[in-house]
Amino acid sequence: MLIRRPRRSDVKPSEITSESIYRRRREFMKAAGTIAAGSLLAPQWLFSRTLDDLEQLRDLGELKPSPYSTDESPNSFSDITTYNNFYEYGFGKDDPARHAPGLLRVEPWSVEVTGECEKPGTYAFEDLVKPHRLEERIYRFRCVEAWSMVIPWVGIPMVNVLKRFQPTSRARYVEFVTLMDPEQMPAQRRPSLPWPYREGLRIDEAMHPLSIFAVGVYGKEMPAQNGAPIRLVVPWKYGFKSSKSLVKIRFTEEQPLNTWQQITPEEYGFYANVNPEVDHPRWSQARERRVGSFFRQSTQMFNGYREEVAHLYRGMDLRSREYW
Amino acid sequence: MVRGLLLAKIGVFLLCLIPLVIMGSAVVTGAAGPNPVEYLSHETGQWGLRLLLLTLAVSPLRRLTGWAWLIRFRRMLGLFAFFYVCCHFLVFAVFDHSLGLPSILEDIVKRPYILVGTLAFLLLIPLAITSTNSMMRRLGRRWKALHRFSYLIAALAVLHFFMLVKVDTREPLIYAGVLAALLLLRLRPGQWLARRTASRREVQKEA
Repeated sequence: MLIRRPRRSDVKPSEITSESIYRRRREFMKAAGTIAAGSLLAPQWLFSRTLDDLEQLRDLGELKPSPYSTDESPNSFSDITTYNNFYEYGFGKDDPARHAPGLLRVEPWSVEVTGECEKPGTYAFEDLVKPHRLEERIYRFRCVEAWSMVIPWVGIPMVNVLKRFQPTSRARYVEFVTLMDPEQMPAQRRPSLPWPYREGLRIDEAMHPLSIFAVGVYGKEMPAQNGAPIRLVVPWKYGFKSSKSLVKIRFTEEQPLNTWQQITPEEYGFYANVNPEVDHPRWSQARERRVGSFFRQSTQMFNGYREEVAHLYRGMDLRSREYW
Repeated sequence: MVRGLLLAKIGVFLLCLIPLVIMGSAVVTGAAGPNPVEYLSHETGQWGLRLLLLTLAVSPLRRLTGWAWLIRFRRMLGLFAFFYVCCHFLVFAVFDHSLGLPSILEDIVKRPYILVGTLAFLLLIPLAITSTNSMMRRLGRRWKALHRFSYLIAALAVLHFFMLVKVDTREPLIYAGVLAALLLLRLRPGQWLARRTASRREVQKEA
């Protein structure tokens, strides 16, 4: 086998302008002109950017590998970007891929930090992410609907980011709020869920080294349909806990009410740890279908992260409704 | 005439196979998406239900249009409904349970929506078996009574669909609406309307 060692002087593939972008240079100039003119009227649109095309996703550069990554083979980029639950764009698994890229404006983006912390404020996405080294985390992802994937996320440990806000001793939980903007998320025009989507974690769960703020997949920035530009990934919990397109972080003393618990408390709880022994009231959680395979496989306790996270729940009866 | 009917029957037969062909090619070409089993499960279930409702629509349609020949296609539609429901059950038994009988039975007993769906499937079996001419002759008047179960089966199927959706009830609601309309038509709308206007008049009188 011929192994080609890159020389220092070589142009890296990531530096080459892709053909599709090159061909669209006139379009780009036109758009730039329009934006410049438009900015005189509405300055907030100056840097507005959507992710119309998956090929346009920027490369995130060198990533730090992580010992938390699984060696299971990841699902394809196409699986990950065409089979999504993102009800802000509709109920179908293919709705997010069809609608999110052209509508979600990821630039500019900022996250508001409030509640029990010393450094509240509004942080630009860049300022939030820049101080940290991006890591690749290849995690199992298990949906409450009993399907699963393996996803090579790019992200930063949540703990490193949250610590910068200096949560006070009263911060026992963290609430995460997704963007609310029917212009960008058309399904929010219907009251199918009480928008905006809310999720929450106990502070020690949020500070656990497995919890990350993900900003990309497969070494590229986050596709719109996966919750661009920044989302949670909490791999030992059902997927709905890993909420997308984060705009607000709130430190609180009381346990926040997450959206699914709010609409169907008899089916969803706050913790939502992956647990093959506790069934969803309507279906079994003992087995799951890994997207891409026809048959089902056994679901693992805490989605296979038992060793890392079981201590967080010592003394709690995970079968009791209180701790679903 | 007989020849025309035969050709029409072949035509309807081929039409009823189209969903199966589409499903097969979608799975092979990848158009079924990243989770083809889920796709097959939803499609076979929905086609079973659609054809069941279509079967039930035959006799009211015949009454409304006066086209007596419609009845000639009812058995085939009903059997195709049964065929897609069998496929639906097979997808569940093969891909969800790898044909493990204990785990299939456990799922049926523990999950109300699966129980309701299985009940609908089991009730369809005697209807399919008694769909032949000789069975119709042999059962006589009881045949009609037996096949009235198809309304119950359709109701169970709609309920099954209702029970498994997470929040979006629009689709099962459409099927429920169609079934409700068919049931209303069964009550002979002419008579029913006459009765209703009569009783309205009475109410008005009383007021």
